[in-house]
Amino acid sequence: MCRRGIKLLLLLAVLGVPGMALAVAPDLAPPASAPATQAQIAALQQAINNQQAATASAQSAGDNAWMLTSAALVLLMTGPGLALFYGGLVRRKNILGTMMQSFAMMCLITVLWAIVGYSLAFGPGNAFVGGFQNLFLRGVGVTPNLNYAPTIPEQTLMIYQLMFAIITPALISGAFAERMKFSSMAVFLSLWSLFVYCPMAHMVWGVGGLLNSSNIHARFPSFDFAGGTVVHITSGVSALVCCLYLGKRAGYPHTKMQPHSLVLSFIGACLLWVGWFGFNAGSALAASPLATSAFVNTHFATAAAAIGWAVAEWIHNGKPTALGAISGAVAGLVAITPASGFVQPMSALIIGLVAGVVCFSMVFLVKSFFGYDDSLDAFGVHGAGGTVGALLTGVFAASIINPVFKDAAGNPLPSGVIDGHWGQMINQSAGVAIAWSISIVGTLVLLFVVDKVMGLRVSPEQESEGLDLSQHGEEGYDFNT
Amino acid sequence: MIKIEAILQPSKLDAVKDALLEAGIEGMTILEARGHGRQKGHTEFYRGREYTVDLLPKVKIELVVKDDQKEKTIQAIIGAARTGRIGDGKIFVSPVAEAIRIRNDERGETAL
Repeated sequence: MCRRGIKLLLLLAVLGVPGMALAVAPDLAPPASAPATQAQIAALQQAINNQQAATASAQSAGDNAWMLTSAALVLLMTGPGLALFYGGLVRRKNILGTMMQSFAMMCLITVLWAIVGYSLAFGPGNAFVGGFQNLFLRGVGVTPNLNYAPTIPEQTLMIYQLMFAIITPALISGAFAERMKFSSMAVFLSLWSLFVYCPMAHMVWGVGGLLNSSNIHARFPSFDFAGGTVVHITSGVSALVCCLYLGKRAGYPHTKMQPHSLVLSFIGACLLWVGWFGFNAGSALAASPLATSAFVNTHFATAAAAIGWAVAEWIHNGKPTALGAISGAVAGLVAITPASGFVQPMSALIIGLVAGVVCFSMVFLVKSFFGYDDSLDAFGVHGAGGTVGALLTGVFAASIINPVFKDAAGNPLPSGVIDGHWGQMINQSAGVAIAWSISIVGTLVLLFVVDKVMGLRVSPEQESEGLDLSQHGEEGYDFNT
Repeated sequence: MIKIEAILQPSKLDAVKDALLEAGIEGMTILEARGHGRQKGHTEFYRGREYTVDLLPKVKIELVVKDDQKEKTIQAIIGAARTGRIGDGKIFVSPVAEAIRIRNDERGETAL
């Protein structure tokens, strides 16, 4: 009796344990019916798709939020950043005239960009310029343009790049401050934007561009993250051409022409510093780790450059001026622009320091040696700083930060000299050379044409009276009311 | 009636004003002026160029007082404004032909 009970218990255990296992893990059992499982699989697939869509949507939302913020920051750089920076540096009688030059760009370039500028810069074309495919922003809507930024609406890219197109000609106004007619300035800079800026932007950033480092067919893939060549070299060199063509201000250099308000310039410079985070970090076109890199590099280079200029001035002149410090900061911002998304933070400090000292020398030594009246040092800071920055980008670009070049298997290849790729200096030099050439030639031609049609300079009486009264019939300050 | 014009350091304006009020002189006109006597200017830098600034900020006080208040007024100004250094300023005294109160056409010393 006991032995039979034990056998029965054992039999139950042998059958029961796997039976319980089967009960706990039903998928081990063969399907009860095929359609029910297929429905389950379809449901799981749908859930996965939804999850992926939600993730992509979240990524897009993050990227778009950052990019729209960046666009606003870059506009802030022009108005009121640059308007204040330049405005404070001129004599009181020219403050409104100077600010109006920046403001006019905010308005005119916007319209031109909407009609044809974006198409010429970022539309498909050839290696040198875009085309008319996106005339009147045709086709530029909420769908991302996969050539540039796959996670944001193309309109976001368009509006972001517009802010760059606005500030570039505004920078040139520093060279012809206090002596150019408002009407001629508006015409000249509008034409400049179409004939110099758009092609340069296309070559460096546009699809199929000659210098575009993400274009595998590019002849000279040049590293220019946020526009060291496109924005700063072009505006700076064009500024030099302008000041040489227009000639010096009446009374320069014997007459004292002091900034009437370094307070305004100081505020403007700080706005430029903050706004530039949108300029550089936004050029990542996403809220990505690369944006962080660019943000950090921007800040480090600026601080180092301000120190560089201030120390150089302290040694040279005996006192560190406020104007020198803020000019140094701007020089650092300019120099790190092409490098911001390619270099490591310590390299950014070096780039800034070098730019601060080099731009100081350009303004203090070279300018006084040659005697040209680059009134607000557009060439000394932007032209020189941009050139230094573009070349140093080739030195310090590290694939560990931004792997631009890849081999067939997708492995990163060396970026700059610091990685061992000395050849990159040829590409950088090509970008610099093209920027210089197109600026010199384009600016000369346009200045000549506009001069013949409508004259460039105000009359001596108007220059003496000041731009505010002669060009705008207003006074910037009225201390009597 | 005499007119007293005093050119002063701007930082001395408050002290002089108070001293004049204490001395019983109530009417005055204050102007902001620029100038220099033997005081040297200072140098400023702009982009490495050294500029000599020799038109220094000054304050000018103009008072018209009765003849018998002349010394009192001058002493009040000097007492408040003197530091003993170059740049303290100057006082000029000149006769006044007529004084008229606009409100009620009073003339002469009573108009002061």
